[in-house]
Amino acid sequence: MTALIETRGMHVKRGNVTVLRNVDFAIHAGEIVTIVGPNGSGKSSLMKALIGAVTPFQGQVTRKKGLRLGYVPQSLSVDPSMPMTVSRFLDLPRRSPREARQAALADAGASEIADRQLTDLSGGQFQRAMLARALLNKPEILLLDEPTTGLDQPGQAAFYKRIEEVRDNLGCAVLMVSHDLHVVMSASDRVLCVNGHICCEGRPEVVAQAEEYRALFGSGTGGALALYRHQHNHSHDDGASCDHDHQETA
Amino acid sequence: MLDHFLTRAVLGAVGVAVAAAPLGVFVVWRRMAYFGDATAHAAVLGVALALAFSAPVFAGTLLISLGMAFTVAALTGRGFGPDMILGVASHSALAFGLVAVSLVDGPRISLEAYLFGDILAVAKSDLLMIWCGAAAVWALILWRWNGLLLATLSPDLSYASDNDPEREKYVLMLALALVVAVAIKIVGALLIGAMLIIPAASARPFARTPEQMVVGAAGLGICASLLGLWAAWEIDTPAGPSIVCAAAGLFLVSSLFGRR
Repeated sequence: MTALIETRGMHVKRGNVTVLRNVDFAIHAGEIVTIVGPNGSGKSSLMKALIGAVTPFQGQVTRKKGLRLGYVPQSLSVDPSMPMTVSRFLDLPRRSPREARQAALADAGASEIADRQLTDLSGGQFQRAMLARALLNKPEILLLDEPTTGLDQPGQAAFYKRIEEVRDNLGCAVLMVSHDLHVVMSASDRVLCVNGHICCEGRPEVVAQAEEYRALFGSGTGGALALYRHQHNHSHDDGASCDHDHQETA
Repeated sequence: MLDHFLTRAVLGAVGVAVAAAPLGVFVVWRRMAYFGDATAHAAVLGVALALAFSAPVFAGTLLISLGMAFTVAALTGRGFGPDMILGVASHSALAFGLVAVSLVDGPRISLEAYLFGDILAVAKSDLLMIWCGAAAVWALILWRWNGLLLATLSPDLSYASDNDPEREKYVLMLALALVVAVAIKIVGALLIGAMLIIPAASARPFARTPEQMVVGAAGLGICASLLGLWAAWEIDTPAGPSIVCAAAGLFLVSSLFGRR
């Protein structure tokens, strides 16, 4: 099976500092891979290299030919001088049919905000708008860079739950950078622990036992895993996320 | 019809308003106001060089403005803050331009005409330049419209969609140089920035989409041009500054009554 995106011996510099060295990484169809690592470990640089925003200083990044890629950035500051509705935003850079936009908004749980201005959205609504745009071209891979930054706990849980649903519907691969270790542990097929290079990599339960991982994060993830399981069952929120019983209007 | 100087003045001013609108919105969204000023100031140097080498003024301003835009873009992000680079570039360009103009042989040219515009002396050939320039600016920006919008919102999103934001930056610089070359005869190097920013800013409260803002900016820019020329005709004020005053008046009204 060919990889969707693959890096070979990749070094990435930010300014004069090498933030990532010798990264060999590949992600295949349908996989959920999570990148964890402390602040400044090069997680975001890795993501930027994969979407093509940063050119590796050495080594290479190969994408499958014609790869359809959906990217949800960490955050975005929209200048208040720019008028932009959510549905106009979905048409960047390529216009899509109205039905496709509506379907993507529904999949992202964002139907009700289609006509709102980007600058008027709450954090959760904004992330769903970003997700809707990422879903628009039926991506083979979704790349999410700490997508829940600024969301509260229920908002985060709801967002990750939605990502799982999207993955199940579309069968796309998911690569995300995350701080939420409990989410990582329960929802990922593979975890990549990054700190200037790939420290360790493998199934979540394997990585959690790895010395390198424990050196970075300690060993308190067992309880967090249980916490996440409980969150699956509680779905109340104040509009900052996405329950199915709110979806009838879609 | 074009034989009356006032007709030519109206067509020239409207042409500048039309050319400035699609670029002006990006100048506002991307906070390039200072960048626009630096490029416009450099045009004075372009005028001087064009006169020295007996080249067309349009070509001189276009070339020097373009050179200025690219130089600033190249220096920014190499350890220099954009604000500092622009502060250095903007004022030095103006100073060098003024010195260069004074050194040009032959009959002393009227500096004022290039600093504040000389709209009542617009010739038919100038009109041709202005409207061709305006058409070029629109063609350029419409061609890259969606890519420009995405790159303005977020360079990372733009990269992820295989849309190089660096290329979009150069598209805007080319458009900026064109607008400067088009507008220098009408409003002058010192007030080009105003024609870019004020109509776009006035259109903001009434716009829900980027497209509405461009159309609004063009409409308000045309209104300001006509109002300013009318004032210049009736109460004998300088035309370029009058147009900018009218634009400022419209901005005031728009921000007082616009819904946000």
